[in-house]
Amino acid sequence: MPAYSTSVGMEVHAELLTESKMFCRCPVAFGGEPNTRVCPVCLGLPGALPVPNRVAVEFVVRAALALNCTIARHSVFHRKNYFYPDLPKGYQISQYGDTNPIGTNGWLDIEGTTGSKRVRIRRVHLEEDTGKLMHLPGGGSGVDFNRAGLPLMEIVTDFPPDIESPEDAREYLVALRQTLLYLGVCDGKMEQGSLRCEPNISVRSAGSETFGTKTELKNLNSFRSVQQGILFEVRRQIAILDSGQTVRQETRGWNEDNETSFLMRTKESEMDYRYFPDPDLVPITFSDARIEAIRADLPELPAARARRYREVLGLSALDTSVLTAEPATAEFFEATIAQGADPKPACNWITQELAKLANEAGLPLAETKITPRHVSDVVRLTGSGQISGKTAKEIFAEAFRTGDLPGALVEARGATQIHDAEAIRRWCREAIEANPGPVEKFRAGQEGVIGFLVGQVMRASGGRANAQKVQEIMRGELGGG
Amino acid sequence: MSISLDEVQHVARLARLDLEPEELLAFQAELNALLGHFQDIQALDVSEFEPRPHAVVLHDVFGDDIARPGLDREDALRNAPRTRAGLFLVPTIIED
Repeated sequence: MPAYSTSVGMEVHAELLTESKMFCRCPVAFGGEPNTRVCPVCLGLPGALPVPNRVAVEFVVRAALALNCTIARHSVFHRKNYFYPDLPKGYQISQYGDTNPIGTNGWLDIEGTTGSKRVRIRRVHLEEDTGKLMHLPGGGSGVDFNRAGLPLMEIVTDFPPDIESPEDAREYLVALRQTLLYLGVCDGKMEQGSLRCEPNISVRSAGSETFGTKTELKNLNSFRSVQQGILFEVRRQIAILDSGQTVRQETRGWNEDNETSFLMRTKESEMDYRYFPDPDLVPITFSDARIEAIRADLPELPAARARRYREVLGLSALDTSVLTAEPATAEFFEATIAQGADPKPACNWITQELAKLANEAGLPLAETKITPRHVSDVVRLTGSGQISGKTAKEIFAEAFRTGDLPGALVEARGATQIHDAEAIRRWCREAIEANPGPVEKFRAGQEGVIGFLVGQVMRASGGRANAQKVQEIMRGELGGG
Repeated sequence: MSISLDEVQHVARLARLDLEPEELLAFQAELNALLGHFQDIQALDVSEFEPRPHAVVLHDVFGDDIARPGLDREDALRNAPRTRAGLFLVPTIIED
């Protein structure tokens, strides 16, 4: 079988987290009753005029700067003309041209399968979303225009493609989503369609200079389906080439249920969009000062934050990637160490115990009763040896349920660990007295029996005695007795 | 500058217009008359002007991002030929 090389170009659409739509002030939300967030502008009624959303424009500049793009000093909106029932005006307002989009010629670094990789980005532009079509039982389609006119940012990778495998395509999308989440410009919910990815895929004989015919893939609504869908497409195209046939340029849909792609439309029916500047809208301009002000306001981005956690805080690569994956987790961690907690135990409590409890309760971190103060409290109590690891977990679980601070719970329970040697010695002597059999065995050389005796002391102390100290004192008592 | 019959047909198809042969010819004549006006404009010397997308000199007109209610659904659907369950009803879409 001949060897093939894969090339993947990525087109990503991100709905922006504004309050109102792109060209009218209808509210932005997910779900709800159809056609309840519409007005003459987003319904394309005659005479209605669009007014661009100031915040949406700023969000795109933020994203474009974070993606290392050049910002256009002068940018206009175009009409992309085509007929489809989900497009009320008969055109979509978008941005056309090589240098006209708000951002051009940027890049995003990813951790690819073959190490660190720079994925070049050709353009970041602003447009409006379409409505939603629903196929109705008994024939006909229904249209809901609540989504029509939502601000939509399109991010397109450069050509020739830097992405050469399904895994790297997924990694790119993960890194891009993470960046948009850190910027606060998109909620990244692929399952709700607020982040959508349409890869175009081609294969060619390894070493060949010319790229193969590409197909575009739609309906990918998870990271997994992006990777699976591209892998399927690569294999499908290789099978066609191996059988001596040619790949057709077409748009295909991904069927999540049977994990195959199906034909949506071929190149022949692709449209002639007749782009032209929208006469209803005036140009947008950006001064150097404005661009630099937005740049200065960018948050610490995921890659920089991960580097700081590794190099300054000394956390492992694994801990770092878990902490930085979602900005909410990273912010929680930041607030916890700001309370004085040591980074490593704070990280462990957040990524293990808290993540487990939140997951069991089906709650996102921000909606649990645990705050950074709770975590720093439990880190302090265990770090100073006041409570054992086992007790700490119990206390933390209780704090998760009630919202009470661990410090207060420890006091209320009297759960503070007992270090007092006299008290422990008393319990040890009682245990030795009450269990002559095991004591005999220990003295005859069965070392393991000590665990039983220590356990008796732990039980007598209500689990509060410091286990290490019990062990030491017990040995002393047995040896000396 | 003139427009061919094929081009008229192409534009008609993009506009979803089903035109008879004589209508195509009529539109060809009308479009050519329009293009004639552009030819007049093209004769002007505009070398001292920067190309611009707009006749108005305004730029950077924005609205603040403050949501307000739009139309009541009843009003939004009032002009729709057919509706069902709060949706605009259209013929079945085969693609997609």
